[in-house]
Amino acid sequence: MNRQIIKLFAFIIVLFAVLVGFTSYWSVFDAKALKEKNVNQRPLLEQQQIPRGRILASDGTVIAKSFPNGHGSGKRYIRHYPLGALFGHPIGYSFVQYGQSEFEKSHNSELTGEESEFGSIFDQLTGTKQEGEQIVTNLDLHAQEVAMGDLEAAGHGAVVAIEPSTGAVKVMASNPGYNPNSIPNEKTFKRLSYTEKVNAPLVNRASFARYPPGSTFKVVTAAAGLESGVITPETAINAPGSIIDEGHELANDYHEDFGPITLDFALTNSVNTWFGQLGQKVGNKNLFSMMEAFGFGSIPPLDLPEEEMLPSGVVGEHGEILHRKDPVDLARVAIGQERLLATPLQIAMVAAGVANGGKLMKPQIWNRVVDADGSVTKRMDPSVYSEPISKKTAAELTTAMEGVVDEGTGTNAAISGVPVAGKTGTAETPGNEACGGGEEENQAWFMGFAPANDPKIAIAASVECTEQFGNDVAAPIFRDVAEAILNGE
Amino acid sequence: MTRARNRELLALIPVVLLLTAGFAAVFAQDHSKLDNLSLTYGAYFFAVCLVTHVYLRIRLPHADPYLFPLMAILTAFGLVMIYRIDESLARDQANWFLFGLVLFALTIQFLRDYEVLERYRYIIATAGILLLLAPRLPGIGEQVNGAYLGVKVGPISFQPSEFAKIAIVIFLASYLRENREVLIVGARRVLGVTLPPIKHFGPMLVVWGASMLLLVFIRDLGTSLMFFAAFLALLYVATGRFSFVVIGMILFLLGAWFIVATVPHVHERVEIWLHPYTEPRGSGYQILQSIFAQADGGLFGKGFGQALITVPGTKDTMLPAAQTDTIYSLIVNELGLFGGCGLIATYLLITARGFKVALLANDGFSKLLATGLTAVFAIQAFVIIGGVTRVIPLTGVTLPFVSYGGSSIVANFVLLALLLLISNRARREAEQGATHSRGDEPLGATA
Repeated sequence: MNRQIIKLFAFIIVLFAVLVGFTSYWSVFDAKALKEKNVNQRPLLEQQQIPRGRILASDGTVIAKSFPNGHGSGKRYIRHYPLGALFGHPIGYSFVQYGQSEFEKSHNSELTGEESEFGSIFDQLTGTKQEGEQIVTNLDLHAQEVAMGDLEAAGHGAVVAIEPSTGAVKVMASNPGYNPNSIPNEKTFKRLSYTEKVNAPLVNRASFARYPPGSTFKVVTAAAGLESGVITPETAINAPGSIIDEGHELANDYHEDFGPITLDFALTNSVNTWFGQLGQKVGNKNLFSMMEAFGFGSIPPLDLPEEEMLPSGVVGEHGEILHRKDPVDLARVAIGQERLLATPLQIAMVAAGVANGGKLMKPQIWNRVVDADGSVTKRMDPSVYSEPISKKTAAELTTAMEGVVDEGTGTNAAISGVPVAGKTGTAETPGNEACGGGEEENQAWFMGFAPANDPKIAIAASVECTEQFGNDVAAPIFRDVAEAILNGE
Repeated sequence: MTRARNRELLALIPVVLLLTAGFAAVFAQDHSKLDNLSLTYGAYFFAVCLVTHVYLRIRLPHADPYLFPLMAILTAFGLVMIYRIDESLARDQANWFLFGLVLFALTIQFLRDYEVLERYRYIIATAGILLLLAPRLPGIGEQVNGAYLGVKVGPISFQPSEFAKIAIVIFLASYLRENREVLIVGARRVLGVTLPPIKHFGPMLVVWGASMLLLVFIRDLGTSLMFFAAFLALLYVATGRFSFVVIGMILFLLGAWFIVATVPHVHERVEIWLHPYTEPRGSGYQILQSIFAQADGGLFGKGFGQALITVPGTKDTMLPAAQTDTIYSLIVNELGLFGGCGLIATYLLITARGFKVALLANDGFSKLLATGLTAVFAIQAFVIIGGVTRVIPLTGVTLPFVSYGGSSIVANFVLLALLLLISNRARREAEQGATHSRGDEPLGATA
């Protein structure tokens, strides 16, 4: 019987090896995927036991902090947002009940002081408790207040302000906002996320809402024309009251016939027939290349969770981004219509790229990570995202955009004593359900930068569902936010 | 012969150190300070082990020196983990540990001539079956999670299947010792498959039918699997016919498949095993939390006392039945893959020592009894660890010596006592044989 006993033992070794194999799979090989399962509350609950790092505005004002609650093994840290709704976007929230969003989510590993497996072994041996690091952002407290205040007066919409030379995001405001402190309340959370879907306060309109950009997009069309050599600032194109494009009429306001005009005049007066023809002359390839260089077609390179940002571009039937080979009505795309949609963040990136002499810097909300001892462990490293246009083209565009504010469609953006370059946009959105289906509804825009000769800030402001024009409702927001930032320097 | 006992004494020292260090770690986590209480507990534990050791030195001087320390490691592991979950449970468990040792000593005292068991094998078998069915008796039966595994008489509740497994193994060992010859000789080949003789096929069908009935009555796939696997292991060792095992397995799978399809509770268990994410907060909660807990442990674990068992600040459980069914997941959570492998290695070492006892034993009954007891012990560990790691459906079997539960620890100490009794005789005879034939070189001491 001894031979059988040895074989039986061998069989039991195999059984136990299977147990070791399965344990290894769950605890090591599949562990990452298991931790990311949304039914797995463990990672969040454990993070609750770590003092999560604070999030600060650029001036050191506390945007988010954690305070301890309970004692002993029941001790846990709860997030608190002293400024309430002001930075609901883009900071987001972090609560065990409903997880994390926005900046709190994308910077979770720094905020929890997450370490490698071997690092945590070392901590266990030395008895060090895991502690989060604090993050100082680029966000400008005062400018954000101005942006939120103006938006609340104007309507739903968003404002994004970027420092052109570094990509530092100074303002990211979205109205309606929400108070992150109220997220743990189940009823409130449900109300915020479902029944008020049209208002959708949890959606960051700056990065996750796409609107028809209207005439602000003419800056991109002009950039493609200049950069490809199809036009120079001296090239004159005849701009009649209307043109026939793909069998449909494309007209100027009041069908005004401008005759042969150059870029400066066309942009200053936002002449649709001029830019429609320019788009056709430039062609699909050049226009789409220019869009892609400015970031269209990609998830923005901002430090927010990728799933909480949308790419801008010509959007197809199923939400997909169309490419240069897809059939599009180019003349209408060139004036920011057709199926073209853009996030306020994307339009702010266009402004920032032109402002920085053609070098588009990667936009970033965080500025530096400070560890528990107060020393800076990581610092934002400004980097070039793309170079869509040359310095010369940028200068030519700036001159044309100055005309818009000085004497054209965007005079309400003017700041006394400071040259401003910009472009208005008023996209008609009749019958938009989100606006209640009114026939006079517009998407009003203003994008630009100041000072035009030495840009310190590039801004895009967008207001939904308004009967007013870009110059009436969006340009003043631009002006107020730009002033707040320039005065603060 | 005291060399074996000296080894046992030496082997107990690291066990005591492990227990003391474990308690110290739990205290440090709980109260943020080292407490001499861990030393006190270590001293108590050492004293108890020492008394047991001295008793073994007197009663069973030749018995295997590693079995008792290995089981003490498991007990220490269990006590620390249970203490870390709930101090009062650990006190209960410590009391059961002492009671188990008393029964352990009594078994050794009164069953020195364990062949006597053979004489009462039908009584023992009947007792075993009755024990298994007791949870279905009205008045004393107890249903836990849809399975009938517990019995409650007044304030005392216990799991009779823990004791039944020993009774059934004794019966099988005795029955197969007597009938193995006819099973082998009478076997004939039909269509290239070796079948046991019809006359002796009957009793085997009875065993199969019993384990199927078990499945229907107590509705616990794990217990049923454990019994039937122990039966097949013994049948294989007794007859050397692998084909018997294959036939047995096919019969079991057919029967189990039929019962899974017809008995709702058993069916649900299998469904949860296959599709745990269907109801992640309902029926799938336990197995998913078990796996999440392991994922949380990683290679080295979070450290003693660091894992989440309840949602912080509440009493909502994060790991249902952490002190019994899912204690292995908690161990992997706190001690990592290494801790889990260490535990499995301990079970494997015990299995190796148990089979060693069987190899050394001279008579058929001793061999089969040692094999059966070791096999049922190893399979029980496999069934529950396999359950919480989703190798097989999760069922309510305890992890021997580690899980919280009086029946489990007491029954397993009786099992250990029987193994040591067999071992003592086998090694004594081996030594005497060696002394006669090869002088004074003791064979047993190196085994």
